[in-house]
Amino acid sequence: MSAVSGYRVVRSSTASRIAAGVAVVLIVALVAAPWWAGRADMRLMSELFLYLALASTWNLLAGYAGLVSVGQQAFVGFGGYILFALAIFAGVHPLVAVPLAGIAAAVVAMPVALLIFRLRGAYFAIGTWVVAEVFRLIFAQVASLGGGSGTSLPVGIVKAIARNRSAREAATYWMALGAVALVIGFVWLLLRSRSGLALTAIRDNERASAGLGIDIWRTKFLVYVASAGLTAAVGALIFLQKLRISPDAAFNVNDWTAFVIFIVVIGGIGTIEGPILGVLVFFLLRETLADLGTIYLMILGAVAIVIMLKAPKGLWGTFAARFDLELFPVKHRVVAEKE
Amino acid sequence: MAEPLLQTVGLDAFYGDFQALFDVSVRFDEGEVVAIIGANGAGKSTLMRSITGLLGNCPEMVRHRGAPIGGLRADQIARLGIAMVPEGRQLFPSLSVEENLVIGGQVGRPGPWSLKTVYQLFPILGERRTQASTSLSGGQQQMVAIGRALMANPDLILFDEISLGLAPTVIKSIYEALPGIISTGVGAVVVEQDITKALGVSDRVYCLQEGRLSLEGSPASLTREDITRAYFGL
Amino acid sequence: MEWINSIVQGILVGGLYALFAAGLSLIFGVMRLVNIAHGDLIVFAAYLALTTITMTGVHPLLALLIVVPVMGLAGYALQRTILNRTLGDDILPPLLVTFGLSVILQNALLEIYTADPQKLNAGSFETQSLSIGGGLNIGLFPLLMFATAVLVIGGLQWVFYHSAIGRAFRATSDNQDVAQLMGLNKAHVYGLAMALSLAVVAIAGVFLGIRTSFDPAGGPGRLIFGFEAVIIGGLGNLWGTLAGGVILGVSQTIGAKIHPGWQLLAGHIAFLLVLAVRPRGLFPRIDDERG
Repeated sequence: MSAVSGYRVVRSSTASRIAAGVAVVLIVALVAAPWWAGRADMRLMSELFLYLALASTWNLLAGYAGLVSVGQQAFVGFGGYILFALAIFAGVHPLVAVPLAGIAAAVVAMPVALLIFRLRGAYFAIGTWVVAEVFRLIFAQVASLGGGSGTSLPVGIVKAIARNRSAREAATYWMALGAVALVIGFVWLLLRSRSGLALTAIRDNERASAGLGIDIWRTKFLVYVASAGLTAAVGALIFLQKLRISPDAAFNVNDWTAFVIFIVVIGGIGTIEGPILGVLVFFLLRETLADLGTIYLMILGAVAIVIMLKAPKGLWGTFAARFDLELFPVKHRVVAEKE
Repeated sequence: MAEPLLQTVGLDAFYGDFQALFDVSVRFDEGEVVAIIGANGAGKSTLMRSITGLLGNCPEMVRHRGAPIGGLRADQIARLGIAMVPEGRQLFPSLSVEENLVIGGQVGRPGPWSLKTVYQLFPILGERRTQASTSLSGGQQQMVAIGRALMANPDLILFDEISLGLAPTVIKSIYEALPGIISTGVGAVVVEQDITKALGVSDRVYCLQEGRLSLEGSPASLTREDITRAYFGL
Repeated sequence: MEWINSIVQGILVGGLYALFAAGLSLIFGVMRLVNIAHGDLIVFAAYLALTTITMTGVHPLLALLIVVPVMGLAGYALQRTILNRTLGDDILPPLLVTFGLSVILQNALLEIYTADPQKLNAGSFETQSLSIGGGLNIGLFPLLMFATAVLVIGGLQWVFYHSAIGRAFRATSDNQDVAQLMGLNKAHVYGLAMALSLAVVAIAGVFLGIRTSFDPAGGPGRLIFGFEAVIIGGLGNLWGTLAGGVILGVSQTIGAKIHPGWQLLAGHIAFLLVLAVRPRGLFPRIDDERG
């Protein structure tokens, strides 16, 4: 038996190194999609990317900061409307308006957070829903953006994105790909940092982490504001692609909250990889079952309930816990060095 | 020999992966007073939780008059006539003194204990019957907790560290009430860190040390050295 | 005078909101569970009443005799089969499971009854009113609604503070381990609490259905009204919830008077104001730090 001469602390593992290699190949293939994928496929992939971005953000909020929100549609819709407003009234280029909408949402999220952080647990969740309702009712009053029935993006602005249709589609596709890469990258780097360590501690045991001196309130506040900004930027992209916005579509609970929650729950809450697996499963289910309409939604609901009761860590979470797997290296590991 | 009222047979107890009790076998016969002593963390409360069903076990490891009860729920075990005065009193803050006592009688077992006889035992409680239970002093709360357990008319009462956090004069008066309780024929298990008190009131004593039984016998037959050794594991 | 009529209407509809809230508050008090499907269950009760009326032809208020026990039993079953498994320290499982339940309920109702709005017909009683001098008119049905809310809340208070089961609720809520040592089966106690909650939900649903039209998607809105009434009134205080409902109702009718499209918004603003200025509500129970 060989003796242990020392140890070193690493962050990556065999699994994460393999995953990194696969990811590089994948990203190259995805960036090249406008050349090998058809129009419908690109739209589908864009939608998948944007849902994944929303799911990763919701996961950061709920799975790490312990803030369960059923009102993220507030910021999805807010992002969409700010994009339209900036493009239509201020003549801002749509692609520039996307990050601006995110920043605007982050600013608005601050007083909102101050208010709803007075609520805790499930009451906080319903509070976020009320906020979404308030946003919806307010935007429905804005006549210049179509009031209750909404408005379309003027042709001139659409053409400003790119001259012809396929260039536009490539541009919006790349923006979606870029957005999800940015969001996942942001989440990953955040979790690797000191703040991320604080978040993971909060996720694992809030009271104990408070005892260690982690400023829980401040951490949650920052995560909430960041999530709002990211969600709004994604929302802006979503409605840029749709070319049309209305209060009911912008602030729709089903589309922007229910589906997102299902993605994260099925994939695995509290892990970076979970939402990725979840969004793939979700789209698979959708492509095969969506014809069933309401029954499809009932199946989704039932699946979410069963997973919460039987495998609360989700598909990826349960699998990864069994084999101590991590594709996005976050944890520090101690590796013994043999003589 | 008759079946003991309650016994544990090679009891192992776990909190998740952590094992708190190793192969603990104790017995309590009808009407006797048994003390369980040990340092903090020795496993005394774990033993109490295992017996009362708050901690799950293999069915055969805990037996009531020979019948396996290790797998039963806590409320089922309560109905068999095993009552506990929990560590730290743990009265119900939302209930008044009297309501705490009444809910103790929830199991509805017949016997000598009722509101009337409990108020005879602890008259001060009768005076404060409608007050919020947590507004009483520590010693009075302990009386409520004991009264609450008595109201179940149990065959066996577990007193879990009843002197914890109380002034010596208060502890003395509570222990003075003990003979009155035991004279009605109910068996008692007294879990204590205070060795003198425990030995003074019991027929037999067990000592736990880091989850294992380190000593058993009658107080008269054990020397101070035996006990110290068993208590600290020296 | 029109203003006074509006305010009175607001007060009376506050009774309905208090009914929405009472079941929610009860469950939170006993087991710290917030049922996201609560509003959908209210709508479900209205549909249950609709089917009962369609099959038996009775008056909506008589349908209560069937809907209340059925919902009570359903509540007990729901708690013991599914919701008991979600209780614990983690807030995610109960939230996500009841959210899933909400989605299932809404779509099941959509599937069975379609999206067409429905209404329970209570006949001319719905529009009769009492005239109290000086141009003040009080609708008989809203008055009954408010009186029922008062009765229900009074009844719940009585159950909680003067009955054996209420004692069991309070004890289990305080300390579920020690409650079990008293011979209380906590699974059963929680089941009874949910049964009681859904019985109240049944009453709320029937009154909702008589008062206004309802459709499968109406659940979340009702949950929000109930929730706002609870927060405005203060946690842990059922009479406070009645006050909260009244404040919400009055805010809404005042808002509607100023501008028709502002009814809902006015209610939300009142809620946010209370949250900003009095986060624990207007009449919180002194010992209630739980949130």
